[in-house]
Amino acid sequence: MRVLVIEDDADVASYIVKALDEAGHNATHAETGKQGLFLAATEDYDVLVVDRMLPAPDGLAIIRTLRASENRTPAIILSALSEIDDRVKGLKAGGDDYLTKPFAASELLARIEAVTRRLATAGISPATRLAVADLEMDFLARTVTRAGTEIKLQPREFRLLEYLMRNAGNVITRTMMLEHVWDYHFDPQTNVIDVHISRLRQKIDKGFDTSLIQTVRGAGYTLRVTSQ
Amino acid sequence: MILPSLLRSVSFRLTLIYMLFFGGSAAILLGFLYLAAADTLSNQVDATIEADIKGLAEQYELLGTAGVASIISERTRRDQGGRTVYLLADPIRRPLVGNLSNWPSVDPDKRGWIEFELQDRGSPDGQTYLARARPFVLQGGLNLLVGREVRELVQTREMVINTVIWGVPITLVLALFGGFMISRSTTRRLETINATSRQIAEGALDERIPTRGTDDEFDRLAIQLNKMLDRNQSLMEGLRHITDNIAHDLRTPLTRLRGSLEGLNQNGLPAEDRLIGVEGAIEEADTLLSIFNALLRITQIEAGNRRENFANVDLAEVLTDVADLYEPVAQEKGLKLVLCCDATPPIEGDRDLLFQAVANLADNAIKYSPPNGTIELQSADSTITVSDNGPGIPNEMREVVFRRFFRAEAARNTPGSGLGLSLVKAVAQLHGGSIRLKNNRPGLRAILKFR
Repeated sequence: MRVLVIEDDADVASYIVKALDEAGHNATHAETGKQGLFLAATEDYDVLVVDRMLPAPDGLAIIRTLRASENRTPAIILSALSEIDDRVKGLKAGGDDYLTKPFAASELLARIEAVTRRLATAGISPATRLAVADLEMDFLARTVTRAGTEIKLQPREFRLLEYLMRNAGNVITRTMMLEHVWDYHFDPQTNVIDVHISRLRQKIDKGFDTSLIQTVRGAGYTLRVTSQ
Repeated sequence: MILPSLLRSVSFRLTLIYMLFFGGSAAILLGFLYLAAADTLSNQVDATIEADIKGLAEQYELLGTAGVASIISERTRRDQGGRTVYLLADPIRRPLVGNLSNWPSVDPDKRGWIEFELQDRGSPDGQTYLARARPFVLQGGLNLLVGREVRELVQTREMVINTVIWGVPITLVLALFGGFMISRSTTRRLETINATSRQIAEGALDERIPTRGTDDEFDRLAIQLNKMLDRNQSLMEGLRHITDNIAHDLRTPLTRLRGSLEGLNQNGLPAEDRLIGVEGAIEEADTLLSIFNALLRITQIEAGNRRENFANVDLAEVLTDVADLYEPVAQEKGLKLVLCCDATPPIEGDRDLLFQAVANLADNAIKYSPPNGTIELQSADSTITVSDNGPGIPNEMREVVFRRFFRAEAARNTPGSGLGLSLVKAVAQLHGGSIRLKNNRPGLRAILKFR
């Protein structure tokens, strides 16, 4: 994917660009808001990574300007201010996601995947069924089957699996799960999410030859068929 | 430069002001006394003379010139001291009868009075004194002059003037002394405050301004300043404590991080071991990051500038969500999680922060509960209660546990940053609420109350 990184801090920028390149993305770096806005408006990118605090125009102004000119390129805002009203301001300005510094590269990569996927599925009439390998989910009947066998899930387990299935193949971090499944923004300090995942695994993967829920160490989880 | 510093001193200025006020009021008082005394005396003299004239005029109408002349000569004869002045003169002021040899050649003032020097008839050395008299024209055209010598009036006047002349300097000296005494006692107390502040500024942070126990303005100032110093000192100690703890708490994960990185730096390390080492290093770094994030968040919450994001929050819903999130962890530890969720009135607040605060309490309860324990989550009336059957927190530690990085001895071996309760307290205060810890017999009962 073509990613434009608008970030005035050289160290942070090179860290992001390096991580993106290693993940197989094609990253361009803009050092100033002015240069970034010009590139974002004239070139074609799949996703923008924009620092909140830039010498004028700042990150929010860039996104606002782009949105005003019908540019819908997904944007992730980076901020050193971990204030929630900042998050709200960022999303109101037209940002698609919000990430607080310092962050792990895996968190940024996972969120880039998520925002681009969100865009790809938007507009398509919502499917009533989803399938990953032999795992199937019916949203209307609220049922899940694996290899034809029905699996009973608690409502929260259903939502967790739904989120994983909708993002199948992408890494989902623990924070992302809290945000989307529980709808709270905060850093889980302990292993609460892991226990939920292990419960889900008990129901989805236990007794089957291939496990679908994979742990991505240092990042989170992903739902995919391993090539083993 | 003695003079400028003298002028600058409050003591000197107070003395001067006191002196001016005291001296001024004394001068006004004396002046008033003089005017009143002099006026009363001369009024009395004037009234007597006027009454005399009136009497003589009446006598003249009754008895004629001869009658008045005989009265006058009778009176002058009786007046041995020569205190009175009587003179009856013809229309061109030639004396007919009386104790003046000729009509005084002085023009009367606006009110018709004349004052003139009079020879002392009693003393041979020709001493003169002042007399005050009033001329009067009788009906027949005769001139009548009636007066009194006013030696006593003049003497009294002089005495009063002398009193004023001497009284003012004496008053000023007294005022200077009094002002000095008063201002010295004032400035001495100021100097005490000054000296104490200097000592504190030079590093004697435990010094406090002495109080007299009189509860006067100076005592109250001292008490207020001491309170401020206490608060500053406790803040400074808190800050030092935090800094020490940050250093201490971050050293361990940093050392471990360095250790794993050093291990990775060896040549010929199998690829698999290298991977495990890198993952370990990432985990350590994540721990450090989360500690930093938690610290930053607490500081921001304490700064209290998140209120603009407040909205109506249903505490019961937050509690239910926390229970939902933590139920599996509790179950895995063999704990029973009981939710007693009464509907609560919505409060103005930050939903995410409230969730995190309650989550931290639940997290602690799970961490410190013995196996088979019960954790109760209750909501009622803008209050959330989280109770467990763990070791609890002794009474004397129920304040310190809210300090950043504070960890009870018993908790040293459990994972955690020592920031959880600090955040709970910060969130409670941001919402105008409170957090209290109570004995659950056995265990701990944490009560989050929002008004």
